Amino acid sequence: MTAVMAPPVKPAPPPVKRVRRGGGIAPPWLFAAPALLVYALVMLYPSIVGAGSAFTDWSGVGEQRSFVGFDNFQELVHDDQALGALRNTLLLTLAIVVVQNGLGLLLALGVHTTIKSRMVLRVIFFAPVVVSPVMVSFLWKYVYNPAPDAGLNAALNAVGLGALRQDWLGDPSLAIWSVAFTVIWQCAGYSMVIFLAGLEGVPKELHESAMVDGAGTVARFRHITWPLLAPAVTINVMLSTVGGLTLFTQIIAMTNGGPGYATDTLSTVLYKQAFVFGKFGYSTAVALVLAIFVAAVSFLQIGYLRSRETTA
Amino acid sequence: MRTAYRPRTFVLELVMVATAVAFLFPVYALVTLAFKDPEQIANAPLSPPDPPSVDSFGTAWQSASLGSALLNSTLITVSSVVVLIVLGSLAAYFLARQAGRLSYSLYILFLVGIILPFQLGMIPLYQLVNDLGLLGTYQGMILFYTGIQLPFTVFLYTGFIRSLPADYTNAALIDGASHLQAFVHVIFPLLRPITGTVLILNAVHIWNDFFTPLLYLGGSGRETVPVRVFAFVNEYTSDYGLVAAGLVLAALPILVVFLLLQRYVIRGFSSGLKG
Repeated sequence: MTAVMAPPVKPAPPPVKRVRRGGGIAPPWLFAAPALLVYALVMLYPSIVGAGSAFTDWSGVGEQRSFVGFDNFQELVHDDQALGALRNTLLLTLAIVVVQNGLGLLLALGVHTTIKSRMVLRVIFFAPVVVSPVMVSFLWKYVYNPAPDAGLNAALNAVGLGALRQDWLGDPSLAIWSVAFTVIWQCAGYSMVIFLAGLEGVPKELHESAMVDGAGTVARFRHITWPLLAPAVTINVMLSTVGGLTLFTQIIAMTNGGPGYATDTLSTVLYKQAFVFGKFGYSTAVALVLAIFVAAVSFLQIGYLRSRETTA
Repeated sequence: MRTAYRPRTFVLELVMVATAVAFLFPVYALVTLAFKDPEQIANAPLSPPDPPSVDSFGTAWQSASLGSALLNSTLITVSSVVVLIVLGSLAAYFLARQAGRLSYSLYILFLVGIILPFQLGMIPLYQLVNDLGLLGTYQGMILFYTGIQLPFTVFLYTGFIRSLPADYTNAALIDGASHLQAFVHVIFPLLRPITGTVLILNAVHIWNDFFTPLLYLGGSGRETVPVRVFAFVNEYTSDYGLVAAGLVLAALPILVVFLLLQRYVIRGFSSGLKG
């Protein structure tokens, strides 16, 4: 930063606009002020207040609240609904991260070829990404219709797999996977385009010389493509993890957390605690746990995945 | 890897097309449903509509008030994206060009917002918006989206500006241009590729967002498309044909825009995240 300051033997440079290490002449603080103001108002201030009320018994109505220490967290570790929601959130996240990215990678490898339909297929697989999750959820709610002659059940029957018909959203042990699949169907195309961008960055020459050396398709994927896809893997895993941990809309639209509490997530529980039961203090305690989870998982993943990128 | 079209390629082509057909099955089920009358839905749930009926579309458009919902969504999305582009690029220009501990800390402070789940501040923010008298208004939503999406916007712009050479603006500034003039005439035009990405990612997110508009706009008459669709589907839940027609109509505008601009949209989604 002091590199451009004149040494003492020379006269000081004229006090015009100072050139800094950033490479340009720095603009005034005023440029960042409006953005900082709005960001502080909408995100920083409410988040700090929210984190603070996790230690109170605030009901959300009026100003009355008293400090209760860690009581809300004590309640949380004994609350079966919240613990079930934590388990559901982690299961959903794991399923989404693994299956969505696995499918996304297969789709990307499939359309990153000379097949004639490759451009059309990209558009088809990506299209659900731009549609509102609410609408995709309702679409799948119809597909999962429990009636034996509608949606997926009717289709299974039509292809002779009638024995596999299920109450997709009504069966407590199945509902969570049905919801996960909806998310995967909508977002696999997102993973696909990120992997595609990664595949387009793999130099052709590497594949060509490996082929000359007699490497097969699998060997070339393992030793050339996969290591070079590391940055795309990082982005995809990060995005799907945060998306999975904060899953809300699809649950509210498809099952509202049911049957029973079978599909409640941390987001739906904190929403219900706040807006249905009026326990704002407790709700923000759940939100704080969620925030800590997201932050911890993000940091761990960035650390691990980035080190994979550099050693690859 | 692009090589010649071989028998193996043809097999792959068949597998991929079959995958796409299975992938599109829910869309087929929904669209055919929308064109059927209740009798056809009961008797032939999966066959194509025969004869197709378009009655459900008119009824759905009316019952879900989709016309005004589209206007509300457009107004909120366009305004929020414009404000985000202006505030985000200005702040990023400062953060990218001002070296020093303070501006670096500010940059990190913005990055924190990317991983901070909005649920943490959800309830205090609701109170704040209520206290400011902005519940049920367009301004409240625009303020919310600007604040929520700024971290990501600033992150994208800052990375891009850092990769630009500083010579152009330095020349303009030395020639006597003000900082704002240099930004408007020299920097901002250079930001076009990243502005495209910022525009696409923010517009798609805001257009489709559901929870906050439900909370802030519910009952105000200014509901966006997802909020109206949610209320509509829950009201007519057992009238499958009508619900399907409503969903098709509500999803159509963004799908048409996507098909027209697919190249840019896909590039925006796949390139903007290279961090």
